[in-house]
Amino acid sequence: MPSITALKPLPDEAPVRQAAAALASERAIGDGKVVRSTVTPSPAAGDPVLAIERVSLSFGGVVALADIDLEVAPREIRAVIGPNGAGKSSLLNVITGLYKPDRGRVWLDGKSFVQTPTARLARLGIARTFQNLALFKGLSVHDNVVMGLSSEIRSGFLGQIIGSPRARREEQRHRAAADEIIAFLHLGEVVERPAGGLPYGIQKRVELARALVARPRVLLLDEPMAGMTLTEKRELTGFIRTARDTYGTAIVLIEHDIGVVMGLSDRVAVLDYGRKIADGKPDEIRANQEVIDAYLGVAHDEEAGAAADGF
Amino acid sequence: MALTQGPGRFITSERLGVLVLLIIAYGIIPTLGGSYLFDAILTPFLALSLAALGLNILTGYAGQVSLGSAAFLAIGAFAAFNFNLRVPGLPFAGSIVLAGLTAALIGIFFGLPSLRLKGFYLAVSTLAAQFFVQWALTKFSWFSNNNPSGVIDAPALTLAGTAFTGPVGRYLFSLTIVVLITFASTRLIRSQTGRNFIAVRDHETAARVIGVPVLATKLTAFGISSFIIGVAGVLWAFAYLRTVETAGFNIDRSFQILFIIIIGGLASLRGAFFGAAFIVVFPLLLSRLGGALFGGVFDSGVLEMSQRIGIGALIILFLILEPRGLAALLDRIWDWIRPRRVTA
Amino acid sequence: MTRKQGLPLMVFDYQFFIEVLVGGLLSGIMYSLVALGFVLIYKTSGVLNFAQGSMLLFAALTFVSLEERGVPFALALAATLAVMVALGIAIERMVLRPLVNQPPITLFMATLGLSYVIEGAAQLVWGTQVHGLDLGIEDRPFEVHGVLISQFDLFAATVAGSLVALFSLFFRYTRIGLAFRAVADDQYAALAVGLKLPRVWAIVWTAAGVVALVAGLLWGARLGVQFSLSLVVLKALPVLVLGGFDSIAGAIIGGLLIGAIEKLSEVYVGPWFGGGIESWAAYVVALGFLLVRPAGLFGQKLVERA
Repeated sequence: MPSITALKPLPDEAPVRQAAAALASERAIGDGKVVRSTVTPSPAAGDPVLAIERVSLSFGGVVALADIDLEVAPREIRAVIGPNGAGKSSLLNVITGLYKPDRGRVWLDGKSFVQTPTARLARLGIARTFQNLALFKGLSVHDNVVMGLSSEIRSGFLGQIIGSPRARREEQRHRAAADEIIAFLHLGEVVERPAGGLPYGIQKRVELARALVARPRVLLLDEPMAGMTLTEKRELTGFIRTARDTYGTAIVLIEHDIGVVMGLSDRVAVLDYGRKIADGKPDEIRANQEVIDAYLGVAHDEEAGAAADGF
Repeated sequence: MALTQGPGRFITSERLGVLVLLIIAYGIIPTLGGSYLFDAILTPFLALSLAALGLNILTGYAGQVSLGSAAFLAIGAFAAFNFNLRVPGLPFAGSIVLAGLTAALIGIFFGLPSLRLKGFYLAVSTLAAQFFVQWALTKFSWFSNNNPSGVIDAPALTLAGTAFTGPVGRYLFSLTIVVLITFASTRLIRSQTGRNFIAVRDHETAARVIGVPVLATKLTAFGISSFIIGVAGVLWAFAYLRTVETAGFNIDRSFQILFIIIIGGLASLRGAFFGAAFIVVFPLLLSRLGGALFGGVFDSGVLEMSQRIGIGALIILFLILEPRGLAALLDRIWDWIRPRRVTA
Repeated sequence: MTRKQGLPLMVFDYQFFIEVLVGGLLSGIMYSLVALGFVLIYKTSGVLNFAQGSMLLFAALTFVSLEERGVPFALALAATLAVMVALGIAIERMVLRPLVNQPPITLFMATLGLSYVIEGAAQLVWGTQVHGLDLGIEDRPFEVHGVLISQFDLFAATVAGSLVALFSLFFRYTRIGLAFRAVADDQYAALAVGLKLPRVWAIVWTAAGVVALVAGLLWGARLGVQFSLSLVVLKALPVLVLGGFDSIAGAIIGGLLIGAIEKLSEVYVGPWFGGGIESWAAYVVALGFLLVRPAGLFGQKLVERA
C-alpha cells in the first residue's frame, strides 16, 4: 500500500490560491453558476448561505434535535460539535433532506423547505461527505469525481450511446473539471484506480473531491477526520481550508476532534442531547462553562496536544 | 492538462483484439463445416450471451436482482411473432425492434417495485413477473395465433429482403445483432448513464445526494435490460429453436441466465460471453467425459443430474474463490502471461 | 384486489366458501412448514436458504427409497434423519463458513447453487422416477357441520402446528434456543460472550433439515415424491414476505393467509381469467404487500443507515 507521505506535500498556499482563483473566475459551469473569485479568507457579511430555523426531530420517544437554530454565513467554516448522540448527524440528514423534521424549516439558497428535496441538493449548491465513506467502489477515482457533476447532465442514454454533440460536450467539460479538482487534492497518482481498493485516507480525499467538483456553495463534512492518522488530519485540514479560500465554499463541519475544530473553524455550535447549548467563536466556546461541563472537560488536554501538533 | 487517457489513441490493443475476433467470427468460422456447430453450439451461445448481457446490465451493473429474465425472453419471442404476423408490410427488423420495445415497456412496469425494494425482496417481485407472464402467454391463445398445439413454427429471418436461412445464415444473423447490441452496450457502460447504474448499485443514498436521478436510472436499467433480453428471446426462438412456445421460458431458464452472469462475472460485458460459452459447452463436455469414463451407465438422466450438480458446485466455487467470475479469472491468467506495466 | 363474486349475494354458498377457505388454510399450513425452515436459518444467520426445497426433496426421496428397499418405517425415518443432520453440518462447513462475510445476496446465490447440487445428487443417487409415499393416513374426507375436510390435511396441520409449538418453546426455554436468539440478534455480541457460532449454525441447519424432512414427508404423501417437490420452495417466498423473514409466528400466519388467498382467488376470481391464477396469485399479493409493508406482518423493520 503506498504511504501517504509518498505523495507530494502540500505546496505553498498562495500561488495555488491565485492560480485556482484565476482559473475559476474565467469559467462558468453548467447552468450559469459562476464561481466567486475573491480570495479574502474572512467571512463576508450578508445573508446566510444556509440556515436552520427551529428544527426539531424525534425518533419514537428519543429526541434527536430540539428547537435548533443555526446559520452559516457565506465562506465561513462552521463547526458543530457535541458528544455522541447529541444529534449532529441527524442535523446533517435533516439539512440534506434524508430526514424530515417534526418542526422547523431549512433555508437554502434563499428558499425555505419543510423537507429539503434531496434530489435537488446539488442544484441548490449543497454537497456533503458521509461518515462511513460513500464512494462508488466500482468506479475509478476519476469517475467518482466526475459523478459529482451528475446534476448538470442533460443528455439522455441514447445521446450518450451514439455520441451526440451535447453528450460529448458534457463528458469533456466534466472530465476537465474533475481533472482540476484531482490536481488540487493531489490525487493524480491514483486517478485510474478503482476507488474500492485504495487506502482509507485517500478514499476520504476522493469523497472530498467528488463533493467539491460541483463548486458547492455549502459543503457539509460528516466527521471527516474519523479514522485518520495525525499526518492525514493535518493534510485534510489544509485541504479544507484551501478549498474555502480558493472556491469560496462555506463549510459545515461535524467533528469530534476538538483540536482540529478549534484551529479550523470561524464559529462553533455545540449540541448536547439535541439542544444547542452554545454558539460562537472558538475562543468563546472554549471559555463557556456549560460547554466545558458537558463536553470539553477532557478535551483541554487533547487540545493542548493538538496545538503542539500544529493545528 | 488531461490526467486521464480520455479519447486517446484510436487504435488500442483492445480495439485490435475486437477486430480480430470479428474477422474470425465473420470470415473464418462460417467456413468450418457441419450444421451441428452452428445449430447446437454457436447460435444458442449467441442468444444466451445476449440474454446474459441484458441481465448483467440490470443485475451486475445496476445492482437490481431479477429472477424473471426468462419471462422477457418469452415476451420478445411472442411479440416479434405477433408483430411480424399482424402488421402487414413490416420488415422483420422492425418486428425485432418493436419486440424489444414491448419487452422494455413491460420490464419498466415490473421494475417499478425497485423504487422501494432491494436485494431479495426485489427478487421476489421479479418472480411475479416470471409466473404471470408465463401464465398469460399460455392462457390467452391470441398470443399464439390460436394455434391448437400452442407451438408455432417460427418464420424465416429476413433482413433487407434477403432471407437468412440454413445454419450458417441464422448464425450470421444472430452474430450481427449481438455485435451491434454489444457495441452499443459498451458505449452505454462507459457513459454517464453507465456510471449512474454503478453509483445507484454501490451507494444509492450518496447517488441521490449528488444529483443522480435514482428513479430514472433504475427504470432505465430495467428498460434497456429488458429490451436486450427481449431481442435475445427473438434470437432464441427464431434462430435457434425455430419454434415459438412458452415451454422453454420457465424459471429454470431464468436461473440459467443468472448462473451465466455469476460464472462469467457480474458487471462485466465479456463475462456474459464467457459464462454463456461455458454453459453451452459444459453439458457437451460432460457427456463426452461421462461416456468415456462410465460407458453405458451414463445415460441422459445421469447426464442431466451430473450437469445440475456440476453447475451448482461451480456456482458455489466461483462465489467462494473468484466472485468476479471467469472474466476476472481470465484477466488474472492474462496478467500472469503478460504482466501489465504499472503506470506511474 | 377487488373481490368479484360469481353469484349474487342472496344465493352465496357460504358452506362452499367455508370449505374452500378451510382447504386453503390447511394447504397454507403446508407452505408454513417450508417457510419455517427458512425462518430458522434466516433468523440465526441472515441467510435466505433457497436450498430448503431441494432439502425437502432429498429427505423425501431418501426416506421413500429406503422404504422401497424393505427398510422398516421407523428405521428409514431414523436413517433419513441422520442423513439430514450430516447434510446440515456439511453445508455449514463447506458452503457457509467460506462465505461468512459476504453480502446477503451472495449467500442467496450460493444457496441457489446448493439447491442444484442437492437436487442433482438426490436424483443421481436414487433415480428420477416418481414415488408414491404412504404415511398410513388415508385421505378420506369427513364432515364437520356440513363442511368437508380432508383427514390428511388435518393431520398435516396438526403435525405442523406441533412442530411450530415445539420450536417456539425451544427458542424460548432452552439454553440452545437462547443461543440461537442471541446469534440472531447480534452476532458479534454473541461471539463476545463466548458462543461458538459455527456450532450454533450447524445445529440450526440440522434443525432446518429436520423441518425439511417432516415437510418432505407430508408434501411427498400429498403430491408424490418427484422433482417438482423442490419447486415448493418458490411458494414459500410469498409466505415469508407476508409473515416477515425472521418470524416463526409470521411463517404460520403468512402460510395460512397465502394458502387461503390462493384457493379463494382461484375459485372466485379464477373463472374470470379461465383459471390457473394459482400460479401467480401469491406473488402478486406478496408484491402488493412489499410495496406497503416490506417488513411483513411480524418481521422486524429493516433499518438502513445513511
